Amino acid sequence: MGLSKEELLEKSGKLYDIEHIRKDFPILKQTVHGKPLVYLDNAASTQKPQTVINALTDYYSSYNANIHRGIHTLAEKATSAFELTRETLKLFINAPSVEQIIFTKGTTEGINLVASSYGRQNIKKGDEIIVSGLEHHSNMVPWQMLAVEKGAFVKIIPVNNAGDLIMEEYEKLLSDRTKIVAVNHVSNTLGTVNPVKEIISLAHKKEAKVLIDGAQAASHLDIDVQDLDADFYVLSGHKLYGPTGIGILYGKKEILEAMPPYQGGGEMIREVSYEKCSFNELPYKFEAGTPNIADTVALKYAIEYLDKLGKASIRAHENNLLQYTTEQLKHIDGLKIVGTAKQKVSIISFSIEGIHHQDIGILLDQHGIAIRTGHHCTQPLMGRFNITGTSRASFALYNTIEEADKLIAGINKAIKMLR
Amino acid sequence: MPTIKEIQDTIIDEFSLFDDSEDKYQYIIDLGNKLSPFDTKYKIPENEIKGCQSKVWLNSSLKDNKVFFEADSDGKIAKGVISILVRILSGQEPEEIVSNELYFIDKAGLNTLLSMNRANGLASMVKQMKLHALAYKTKLESKK
Repeated sequence: MGLSKEELLEKSGKLYDIEHIRKDFPILKQTVHGKPLVYLDNAASTQKPQTVINALTDYYSSYNANIHRGIHTLAEKATSAFELTRETLKLFINAPSVEQIIFTKGTTEGINLVASSYGRQNIKKGDEIIVSGLEHHSNMVPWQMLAVEKGAFVKIIPVNNAGDLIMEEYEKLLSDRTKIVAVNHVSNTLGTVNPVKEIISLAHKKEAKVLIDGAQAASHLDIDVQDLDADFYVLSGHKLYGPTGIGILYGKKEILEAMPPYQGGGEMIREVSYEKCSFNELPYKFEAGTPNIADTVALKYAIEYLDKLGKASIRAHENNLLQYTTEQLKHIDGLKIVGTAKQKVSIISFSIEGIHHQDIGILLDQHGIAIRTGHHCTQPLMGRFNITGTSRASFALYNTIEEADKLIAGINKAIKMLR
Repeated sequence: MPTIKEIQDTIIDEFSLFDDSEDKYQYIIDLGNKLSPFDTKYKIPENEIKGCQSKVWLNSSLKDNKVFFEADSDGKIAKGVISILVRILSGQEPEEIVSNELYFIDKAGLNTLLSMNRANGLASMVKQMKLHALAYKTKLESKK
């Protein structure tokens, strides 16, 4: 049984000053269809604090220049800001060294990089790759493509009715043929927090490498890649209050060093002649071409913003919203929460008997409430629950109990219109 | 049988009664609820209109040189939208369906409600109905 609204408000108020925090996010001030925006699509992308927006403007207004090889002042300033973000990310995930932080466009590119470089080098005919039934298409399709190319097989860890991975089945899937295990830290559709440390440890017993998709975890959970003993960890900046188009791939040093480059071009080479070339060292070996400098520079400010508030406070606040909203949703006739895992982040997927999720999404938008509807890029998971999609509300550090109330009222109103 | 233009003008008048967009949605939902029953035997993948989050099925037939549409959807708003299109285009001649512009979407203020994006599939519905009409038009012309 959840806490009452008053108890929650008091508890949340002690965590941090939510009104003050909301002022840091200029986008939240607007109205949509004449109603104050209630942004509950944070699992798709989070909004950006003013410091991140300022960092982008500042970069282009005062020190935009191509990095690393320039000897002039602007190039040096840009290079140092760019590399500072790498340092910040190293601390953020507790990586042993900065050269293990490779900048990518985002999670999807990180996974494709590993599948293409490590995968092509190491996967052979008859090998097995294990992914989970909770995966986003981004952590499924690159492995399927690799498997097809190499004559390997993709095995799926099944999901139980609550949305937890069935660990006994995972153990049965593991064998000497298993070469890679790729699972998400947190499910984007159901919010399930997966036991990744255990998953990694079991895989290592079979000498398989493990990639963790941290896209949905990074804004909620403390990430410690060394404690997890992850071989690869990937995440996206835009899901943790940073800009779009920037993310990281973390990898163990000896693995990254042995991997061939992903793309050829500038930055990733040491020497080039017409006959051959030698490759640059980590992390530049994997960063061909002029990188996304502005967004990389600004990502540091997002991490600093998170660090200032503290993940523990954020988690406690979001968990209050999760518990409160879940409890309120249970009172709605015909509403079923999809995903009731033991450990969840503030993502709630639901379906309502006889009502299409798209209709709910359209009508909530009329109230200024932004949620996501559809299959959430997890079609196999939808098949597992015999549904074509869900409505998904996902909460972030700036959401309030009042917004949760508006969501509930909006759903009730929409049901009235649709039934 | 009123023309495509006349029916569109009637629909524009009907929607002009509502100031509030929510009321317009309610009207669309109500129109969908009144759509003639759709024979389940036509609920086959070939009749599905791609590009909508909700499933939309469309079936057509030619009778006395006129195209008759029937449709259904598992989404109430999508069903309402396709019911409006059926009301305008069903019973018209293929040539008329192909050549007439559907200006009611803008004029009835539905463009802001039902933006032609991939999620609601309005554009796909119109395109599919026009394709059916074009096929009948070609068939009729080849008989001449």
